Amino acid sequence: MISIKLDELATRCGEWLRGQGPQSEIVISSRIRLARNLASFPFIRRCSDSDRVAIDKTFREAIGSVPAWKDLAYYNVAELPQIDRQFLVERQLISRELCEAQGARSVFLDAQETYSLMINEEDHLRMQVMHSGLDLESAWDQISQMDDWLADRVSFAFHNRLGYLTACPTNVGTGMRVSVMLHLPALVITQQIEKVFRSLAKMGLAVRGLYGEGSQAMGDFYQISNQITLGRSEEDLIKQVAEVIPVIIDYENQSRAFLIKESRKDLHDRVSRAFGILCTAQTISSEETLHLLSSVRMGIYLGLIKDLEIPTINKLFIHTQPAHLQKLRGVPLETADRNVERAIYLQDHLRRRDNGGAMGQN
Amino acid sequence: MKCQQCEKPATFHITELTGSAPQELHFCEGCAKTYLLQNDGSEPGDSSEIVKVLGGQVKLGKAAEELAKLDQRACPKCGMTFYEFRNQGRLGCPHDYSFFERELVPLIMNIHGEAKHVGKRPRGEAPDIDAQTELIRLRKELDEAVKKEKYERASQLRDEIRLIQQRPLAAAGDKSAADLPPQSSAPNEGETGSSAED
Ligand SMILES: [Zn+2]
Ligand SMILES: [Zn+2]
Repeated sequence: MISIKLDELATRCGEWLRGQGPQSEIVISSRIRLARNLASFPFIRRCSDSDRVAIDKTFREAIGSVPAWKDLAYYNVAELPQIDRQFLVERQLISRELCEAQGARSVFLDAQETYSLMINEEDHLRMQVMHSGLDLESAWDQISQMDDWLADRVSFAFHNRLGYLTACPTNVGTGMRVSVMLHLPALVITQQIEKVFRSLAKMGLAVRGLYGEGSQAMGDFYQISNQITLGRSEEDLIKQVAEVIPVIIDYENQSRAFLIKESRKDLHDRVSRAFGILCTAQTISSEETLHLLSSVRMGIYLGLIKDLEIPTINKLFIHTQPAHLQKLRGVPLETADRNVERAIYLQDHLRRRDNGGAMGQN
Repeated sequence: MKCQQCEKPATFHITELTGSAPQELHFCEGCAKTYLLQNDGSEPGDSSEIVKVLGGQVKLGKAAEELAKLDQRACPKCGMTFYEFRNQGRLGCPHDYSFFERELVPLIMNIHGEAKHVGKRPRGEAPDIDAQTELIRLRKELDEAVKKEKYERASQLRDEIRLIQQRPLAAAGDKSAADLPPQSSAPNEGETGSSAED
């Protein structure tokens, strides 16, 4: 087991933001999460401190004995400074729950950041696999294999009729949550997004905006996932989510086409102003940054901004988050200082492309 | 604008999209954190909803006397009472699903529309779940014995725990098998680390 320095991780991007998978102009990432519990311990909320330590140890030994996992990085989340925990949340490698919980808890990560294993989250184990673009099938193959390796080594709580047992009955059965994260700025501008949500809700799918410090979803990113976990096979649940994604992509593309056709000038103006502010601001909040980056991201796709690539913008979404910014600068920063540093960081990465070099930096 | 939970100014404006219609929420930083923590982005369905459904379900068609009796039923492994479950919406241990199955199935039907798992099962022979959940009871009793300074009982319990833990994973119901050295058909603890799956 190795421990990658988190500061080193900060300069990199992570597989899921590579922006290269299928449909990656609109689909950011595909994620599958499995919840598992050991049969020999109470569920987390009823665990004693020593139970939590013992669960952590059980999984550490099991994970450590899987040959394919000998290079995983291990982090004792309970002992990480707040900023490092926040950093892992921003990268979506750990959940907010694991970040803020008390007591023994940890996470295993692979170097490409395609999967993580969280120990002592709401359930004893939460595994997740995250791939760039729309790629649920291979994510399922990967996580199912991970599940098998562990099932050979520990006794998961499994009930003949009810399936995998979880602390909350909303996750019982498959224990699986399939999520696809989409970037839907045109549906937001054309105010079609609520209609889409309502029809998804009717199909039993959950939609959530990624939270930011704003009244709209963070940077127009939305996550679509299955609501139920029991009574259908994993393949069926995945299919249910996967089938609806092309329909939403189509809506988003239609809305983009509509905007181009009906108000090309307004749209071009909006995108150019966003880009201009990001390049020249002297102090900027993370809320405003997300909002503007979202416009720029769409502008690149529509050909309204040249010489800039979507993966560069994907990276900026993450790198301008508070904990990332502080990691990259190597010092703790108050909000006001962060806003200044954020502006400098954006200038460096958006303007320097004009004189060559900067694009190839990472 | 003021935070909807306290008197501080609202600096976080959240659009909750899980319901049928989007809902605007306004919080100060502290209350926003609490809210987000309770509603982790990746997790639809929260415990307060369960508590509501369960409360309605249980009261419906149950006499007060009957309900009081049901409330006192406690899981023999972890000690969780039905009263605690219907107030918190979270279960105490895996055995609760068997112990409270009759009460749980209507709730599960309400959430999932089904009450039968048709997906993946752990591969290989099924582990003896009952012996595994027995460890929960034994550890709890051990804790209490240590607290009450009953060291002889504690040492007995430690032996019992060790005995169960040493059983090979796939040991089926037959308890006498646990005392024998592992047979070649059952995977030995030492071998599990180098199995050939990759
Ligand atoms: Zn407040
Ligand atoms: Zn129990």
